[in-house]
Amino acid sequence: MGSHPVEPEAGSGAAVDFTEVQQTEQFKELRKRHRSFVFPMAVFFLLWYFAYVLLAAFAHDFMATPVSGNINVGIILGLLQFVSTFAITMWYVSYANRRLDPIAANLRHELEEAAPEAFIDPAGGKK
Amino acid sequence: MSIISSAAVRVPLQTAETTTVGSPLLNISIFGLFVAITLVIVLRASRNNKTAADYYAAGRSFTGGQNGTAIAGDYLSAASFLGIVGAIAINGYDGFLYSIGFLVAWLVALLLVAELLRNTGKFTMADVLSFRLKQRPVRIAAAITTLAVCFFYLLAQMAGAGGLVSLLLGIDDRLGQSVVITVVGVLMIMYVLIGGMKGTTWVQIIKACLLIAGAFIMTVWVLAIHNFNLSTLLGAAIETSGNAAITSPGLQYGLSAITRIDFLSLALALVLGTAALPHVLMRFYTVPTAKEARRSVVWAIWLIGAFYLFTLVLGYGASALIGAERIAAAPGGVNSAAPLLAYELGGSILLGLISAVAFATILAVVAGLTITAAASFAHDIYASVIRRGKVDPDGEVKVARRTVVVIGLLSIIGGIGAQGQNVAFLVALAFAVAASANLPTILYSLFWKKFNTQGAVWSMYGGLGSAILLIALSPVVSGGEKSMIQGADFSVFPLSNPGIVSIPLAFFLGWLGTILSRTKEDPMKQAEMEVRSLTGVGAEKATDH
Repeated sequence: MGSHPVEPEAGSGAAVDFTEVQQTEQFKELRKRHRSFVFPMAVFFLLWYFAYVLLAAFAHDFMATPVSGNINVGIILGLLQFVSTFAITMWYVSYANRRLDPIAANLRHELEEAAPEAFIDPAGGKK
Repeated sequence: MSIISSAAVRVPLQTAETTTVGSPLLNISIFGLFVAITLVIVLRASRNNKTAADYYAAGRSFTGGQNGTAIAGDYLSAASFLGIVGAIAINGYDGFLYSIGFLVAWLVALLLVAELLRNTGKFTMADVLSFRLKQRPVRIAAAITTLAVCFFYLLAQMAGAGGLVSLLLGIDDRLGQSVVITVVGVLMIMYVLIGGMKGTTWVQIIKACLLIAGAFIMTVWVLAIHNFNLSTLLGAAIETSGNAAITSPGLQYGLSAITRIDFLSLALALVLGTAALPHVLMRFYTVPTAKEARRSVVWAIWLIGAFYLFTLVLGYGASALIGAERIAAAPGGVNSAAPLLAYELGGSILLGLISAVAFATILAVVAGLTITAAASFAHDIYASVIRRGKVDPDGEVKVARRTVVVIGLLSIIGGIGAQGQNVAFLVALAFAVAASANLPTILYSLFWKKFNTQGAVWSMYGGLGSAILLIALSPVVSGGEKSMIQGADFSVFPLSNPGIVSIPLAFFLGWLGTILSRTKEDPMKQAEMEVRSLTGVGAEKATDH
């Protein structure tokens, strides 16, 4: 930590031109990969969740349709919300490990090597 | 002690005679053991608390697995455990709907918030929100919304502690409950004061393990009774309750068009509020990297998801083995379903364990809320606004510690004052305020290049103000049978959950404030924030000791 505990970013921007980094192909690719996954996925799970909530609020008879024994459509759809949440979680982790982390790590190392004084604290730790 | 040991839990049995169930002394002993063990751990963990990063962010030294478990500990409050099991036991399927909203909400945190937030902030939510905007107005607004959410949540937990005591220890007089609220408050102050974030995190981890293990054992037990067949369990629940409708939605929220819209409003606040709860956000700073923040959320999702699946079995199990009528008639009402089920299955010992876990849950959650509120006050208001950044970290931590004591005392007084009140709305309000006051600004500042200070300030105050105003004008405050203020009726807003209005309004205000503002923000700062958020360059790593 520097001597400005509250505004740690003060000063570090001067050594690195972040607008330049922002315009590099590598960064644009990272941003595109991140957004093209998380935005559609967020829209999908919210739509699916609210479809379920609307069914639960307004389609009681449909939800009460028996499927097997005492298990009905409502129970199945509710459990499917769990399944989809777990599946999206695993999907995102695998996507981030393969498609986001390598490129982010690469950019990070390049930046830290190009301007070590901006990111490495004199005290030893990283800012 | 005499108040506590002379009392006993009285539970009406099927024969309608009142019989003593469980042993308060045993409950207290198990709880005392938990307090003793966690205090030793907190003391050991606090030895390395030197810097502000140690105190607020546990030296950023936790692993994703540890932090994810602690997040589950923070998130699974007594309301989740006792409340959801009870809601399923009595209202059937409608109780299950809560837990689904609470779980799905974590995808917002995983996909949109956790990693980017870890990369751009240091200690508090305001660090991120004020990164590329004007420091003072945004920090003040973010600190106010943080304190508001923490306060509503704390009050609910403290008042809930009083209610829990009447249920588990049979103390139903006001004085006895006040004593217990005070004990909970003092213990919480000790944990946070001595242990800081590191100590608090360990308390959360231990509590989460106990809670999930306890629920798991009971779940397997209930399933074993019903041949490990969900359909058989549902059948038994239907048979005991005599109502086939408990396995499908509608019992609680299907009454009228208003209750249905109210439910939609609640669902919106739950799914969008979680990723904006300040005490959850602060946990992401306790890990060294964004990748560990991602791991934390993944762990949290698995643990919380598993736990809510257990509550489904436990709720219908309580419905089948005990019956909704007995649960509703027991002291503590709906909240007594889980303890009664524990007694039914494993007698006094299991009841004692589950009771102690429920206490530990309240203790751990209030500790997490308190350190968040204290950090927000010391870091955002005192250091940045009052002292304008001219304060060393030691001075800031000193203020944070004093704030802990003040918040602890306030929540004891508030908790005693709120006893017997309808407190469920406080938790709903905390989620609604978080979703309306915090989430729009978090998302805009992470993803919308043009977003500016005026947009942030309008969105935060507009979201906070509208959520509180709508609650004040709703039937939970006046005009209903269970309203806080009896004998008056100014409930012009028909819903008890403000989210369906206040959340879209806050998003709209953030957009409107931004496009109407004449000042432009520094494009360098926006570029810096975007590059930092996605790459993690320059993010503070773990400190070594």
